Amino acid sequence: MAALQVEGLACARGGIPLLEGVSFALAPRQALVLRGPNGCGKTTLLRCIAGLQPITAGRISCDPDVIAYAAHADGIKATLSVAENLSFWADIYGTGQIDAALDQMNLRALATRAAQNLSAGQKRRLGLARLLVTGRPVWVLDEPTVSLDTASVGLFGDVVRAHLAAGGMALMATHIELGLPEAHQLDLSAHKATLPEPGQGAFDEAFL
Amino acid sequence: MSALLTRDLRLAMRAGGGFGLGLAFFLILAVLVPLGVGPEQATLALIAPGILWVGALLACLLSLDRIFALDYEDGSLDLLATAPVPLEAVVSIKALAHWLTTGLPLVLISPVLGLLLHLPPSAYGWLILSLALGTPALSVIGTFGAALTVGLKRGGLLLSLLVLPLYIPTLVFGAEVVSRGAQGLDISTALALLGGITAGAVAILPFASALVIRINLR
Repeated sequence: MAALQVEGLACARGGIPLLEGVSFALAPRQALVLRGPNGCGKTTLLRCIAGLQPITAGRISCDPDVIAYAAHADGIKATLSVAENLSFWADIYGTGQIDAALDQMNLRALATRAAQNLSAGQKRRLGLARLLVTGRPVWVLDEPTVSLDTASVGLFGDVVRAHLAAGGMALMATHIELGLPEAHQLDLSAHKATLPEPGQGAFDEAFL
Repeated sequence: MSALLTRDLRLAMRAGGGFGLGLAFFLILAVLVPLGVGPEQATLALIAPGILWVGALLACLLSLDRIFALDYEDGSLDLLATAPVPLEAVVSIKALAHWLTTGLPLVLISPVLGLLLHLPPSAYGWLILSLALGTPALSVIGTFGAALTVGLKRGGLLLSLLVLPLYIPTLVFGAEVVSRGAQGLDISTALALLGGITAGAVAILPFASALVIRINLR
């Protein structure tokens, strides 16, 4: 039984159709990597699945409250410490526990440091640690390994593998090798939407 | 819920959080007006209710654009919108945090500023009461304005233009309560209308703000 199923999905950004006919299913212990050139609609697809954006056609079937979404921006407050940032999300998701996440993302030594004094890679690790405190099974990740060094990419791979082994799922968009050779791949350039004829519908789109 | 309130209050207190900014502005305004108008007690007492209310309103306006802009810039707003808390509650908590860091301090310091403006002694109680009743509406209406302009670069000016007209009823009835109270007249109508505006804004606007944020995040 797939926990996340996407059928014939089409999505648009700023009134311009990007993708159409995207179908895939994600069952427990599976990871799917979305690939495709810049601007092909990876982020838009993930935002649709996270429920931030309406889809133009197709169907997304998944239980509510299973998805933990991580965007390009990590949502880190610069003046709060690492532990305070993490505790906030743990409280919002009602899990309340941050110790395991601090250890798994190797942030223990930085726990009391203000987030504004972290490096880009450390911030990214904090952003990924947020996923661990959500306690949700389906991770939807947008470029998760940007600004991580090789060791941290390996760490990230281990964390995702542990999440999958515990029955979790991961949907990731990336250009870079994630160190997860077992993950399925989906190339979105095959699902590029055909643009409408010039002049047709253009009047409406100017107002969307 | 309480986690969000704690976080917003903590952020407001930390460096660059803007806590006290509105308060300092209110204080400076109340100091500048007697210098500009002149020290005649009768003139100052006459304009004091209006000046105090306009000052409170502008002080509230100062920090409005921070309500959502910072969360939008660092991506927290996207994450909050996908979190297991209703966006209506997020918006309400944000308005409450804004009131606690801006409106409430203004209410508490207003008697001191009333002294600077020679407010008649009989009006102090009405000043505190009217501000306490009216400033929550300023925060909630301001949160709605901030939701409308979230995602716009430098939307602060547009936010002021959108929000100030909506502040007019609160300003009119708030100042009316104080000036009528100072003259010993009946204030019940103005007070009821002021409370009604606040109650209506608190009941309706969080839903409108949440809807607008969902549209702006698309």
